[in-house]
Amino acid sequence: MMRRALLLALLALGLLAGPLHAVQPDEMLPDAAQEARARQLSKELRCMVCQNQSIDDSDAPLAKDLRLLVRERIKAGDSDGQVMDFLVSRYGEFVLLRPTLHGANIVLWLAPFLVLVVGGAGLWLAYRRRGSRPAPTAPLSSEEEEKLRRVLSENSGDVTKL
Amino acid sequence: MNPEIGHFALVLALAVAILQTVIPIWGARVGDAALMRVGPALAVAFLGFVGLAFAVLTAAYVQSDFSVLNVVENSHSLKPMLFKVTGVWGNHEGSMLLWVLVLALFGAMVALFGTNLPATLKANVLGVQGSVGVAFLLFILLTSNPFIRVIPALAEGQDLNPVLQDIGLAIHPPLLYLGYVGFSITFAFAVAALIDGRIDAAWARWVRPWALAAWAFLTVGIAMGSYWAYYELGWGGWWFWDPVENASLMPWFAGTALIHSAVVMEKRDALKVWTLLLAILAFSLSLLGTFLVRSGVLTSVHAFATDPSRGVFILGILVFFIGGSLALYALRAPMLRQGGLFAPISREGALVLNNLLLTAAAAAVLVGTLYPLALESWNGAKITVGPPYFNLTVGALMLPVVFAMPFGPLLAWKRGDLAGAAQRLMSALAVGILIALAAAYLQGGGPLLAPLGMGLAAFIVIGALVDLAERGAVGRVPVATSVARLRGLPRASYGAALAHAGVGVCLFGIIAETSWNAERITGLKIGQSFEVGGYELTLARVEPRNGPNYRDLTGIFIIRRGGTEIGTIESSKRLFTARNMPTTEAGIRTFGFSQLYVSLGDELPGGGIGVRAYWKPFVTLIWLGAVIMALGGALSLSDRRLRIGAPKPAKPKPAKPTPERKPDAAPAPAE
Repeated sequence: MMRRALLLALLALGLLAGPLHAVQPDEMLPDAAQEARARQLSKELRCMVCQNQSIDDSDAPLAKDLRLLVRERIKAGDSDGQVMDFLVSRYGEFVLLRPTLHGANIVLWLAPFLVLVVGGAGLWLAYRRRGSRPAPTAPLSSEEEEKLRRVLSENSGDVTKL
Repeated sequence: MNPEIGHFALVLALAVAILQTVIPIWGARVGDAALMRVGPALAVAFLGFVGLAFAVLTAAYVQSDFSVLNVVENSHSLKPMLFKVTGVWGNHEGSMLLWVLVLALFGAMVALFGTNLPATLKANVLGVQGSVGVAFLLFILLTSNPFIRVIPALAEGQDLNPVLQDIGLAIHPPLLYLGYVGFSITFAFAVAALIDGRIDAAWARWVRPWALAAWAFLTVGIAMGSYWAYYELGWGGWWFWDPVENASLMPWFAGTALIHSAVVMEKRDALKVWTLLLAILAFSLSLLGTFLVRSGVLTSVHAFATDPSRGVFILGILVFFIGGSLALYALRAPMLRQGGLFAPISREGALVLNNLLLTAAAAAVLVGTLYPLALESWNGAKITVGPPYFNLTVGALMLPVVFAMPFGPLLAWKRGDLAGAAQRLMSALAVGILIALAAAYLQGGGPLLAPLGMGLAAFIVIGALVDLAERGAVGRVPVATSVARLRGLPRASYGAALAHAGVGVCLFGIIAETSWNAERITGLKIGQSFEVGGYELTLARVEPRNGPNYRDLTGIFIIRRGGTEIGTIESSKRLFTARNMPTTEAGIRTFGFSQLYVSLGDELPGGGIGVRAYWKPFVTLIWLGAVIMALGGALSLSDRRLRIGAPKPAKPKPAKPTPERKPDAAPAPAE
């Protein structure tokens, strides 16, 4: 475990140090439309020995191999989906920069919006509860008003401002 | 200077920090004014000792004292002086020392400038600050001591990681830490209030300057880190959703929410419990960020510490402070009295919406960063959460935030008039639509994102101006009156408008760069040319150059536009001899707000050299926008109401009639 972590760190540092120029001119497909597809797919695929780089950005030998593989499949007539499926069957979901939408990953995708919905619902409930208090029309007691005025009087004496 | 002096100073600092934790809080508990008064002196002494330790380490670097392990590992006698100094924090041990130095700096500032704070609050704040200091000093002394000697001393050091040998290292980490660690003050205030069991609008007024300062530093710190990565890493990206970037973005979201909810608390005595939670969260996320970066748990381009004992130690600190503060919060928060009520459509309501969305954005970043770790430890599955996830979730959450932004300041407190606000924003909306149409015309088809995004950006910038114009009642009263009103506006109003405009500027840059950037990858021999973004680049020559501790291979390109030569651009590959590590030094030329970016690749088998070139339209607006945001924060900070320790104004100004803003009045008549 420790050794793997160390190895990963060394790899990360080593890769970072490399001259970063990723896609080489000699890799590119002659057909511009196919090349554009290859570039688009490359941006969605992870260079697995790098930290947080797509194969489009990385200059690691593995990234180059994957780029060539993607282009080979495209030339062979695969659709974008077929290329991706092929890479996942070979390297697992780790290769996808965009997590899939099934299994436990649903939690991942929904979590931010759950925070939003739960937070919003909580706020609404709190608002409703407060709204149904006996005297909802008296937002501040005179004592509170006075206190607020005192606190804010350091400003300009104008409570209504800002 | 003798490194042992530094080591000794750290131990003394630890002793002082322990006293600072215990004595003032104890004094506040038993109501002993004398004990409470000890706090400020201890906080200043704490800064003194940590400062001494930092100075000793800096001296060791400056003098290339290769009897100190940390200097051996991260310095070289031939390194330029600037990088000898910045190398002090370009490594794990030194950067933790910088962390504590910034902590001590903030503590001493509270001690010296917080003269108007109630004695018990000040004592508790300093005590909590001290406890953070104890934890991190223990961490440094037990696991990350920068003063360890090597015997016998070595003749030469191993040099600093070449990627870090850049002016960016002088700017980015100190600013980032001023932001990160600055939130320790708001955290200390929150915990102090919870210990005290008392919190009111005045508390928010004392906290706001600290939150604003930390937020402004964090904003610039993140922006500078982004620009540094942009030009140094050489592949033209400015945001990578790297875990380390995420670590700084989470407290930024929480901090942004905090500076807004603190306004509600100060003005309306509402959202108190929530503001406290945000103050705790902002610093908790900073601590989490420190843990993620320093423990190496997520190995990324920034992680240089991979010793698990350190990770466990920071995890302990994390659990203690986050768990402790949240437990205290759960215990005490229900006892705090809720303040003023407000309708959903009101200034408060708008700020609540802002808080909700920003918090959800912070959650998106948090979940996305930690999910792969959690999944792997749960069922061993390895997956990647990459930029597509973050762009989609954070983008979806930020869109409503930025769209609602111009409306917020135009709504009245307590009960606002959305239709009225929308009406007042008509001019901004018109400009936004015009810009969107112009962008669509210029683009000539293609994705709708660009025109819509640019229209939104223009809407935000003009909306910020509309806010100021409304406050000055421009066009409704004689010009002289408007001028007088505008002059009389508090600086905080200008600060808010400026910061909001900065968001629009930043958004414009992001949209323009992502949708209109042009890229060319090609192989070039000397004399050959290529075209990118309407500029023609010719490789004039390739020449080797030598620097103090590196060798360069520089390509010089001539830039032509429409056939006329308009300058040159130089791009290099650099080999640092001590570590035998190459880096790319991208060549960048700025035209207006746009940039031409050229990075050199390898020599190609058939002769010639690989070149990757970009045209990045309006890219500098991304960072300029962030700087404008931070300037807005600074302007607010200079408002006398918020100035730390500012005396009360001699006499309260007579209340000016501001009919369209009176909170109790009926919705403002739309004109």
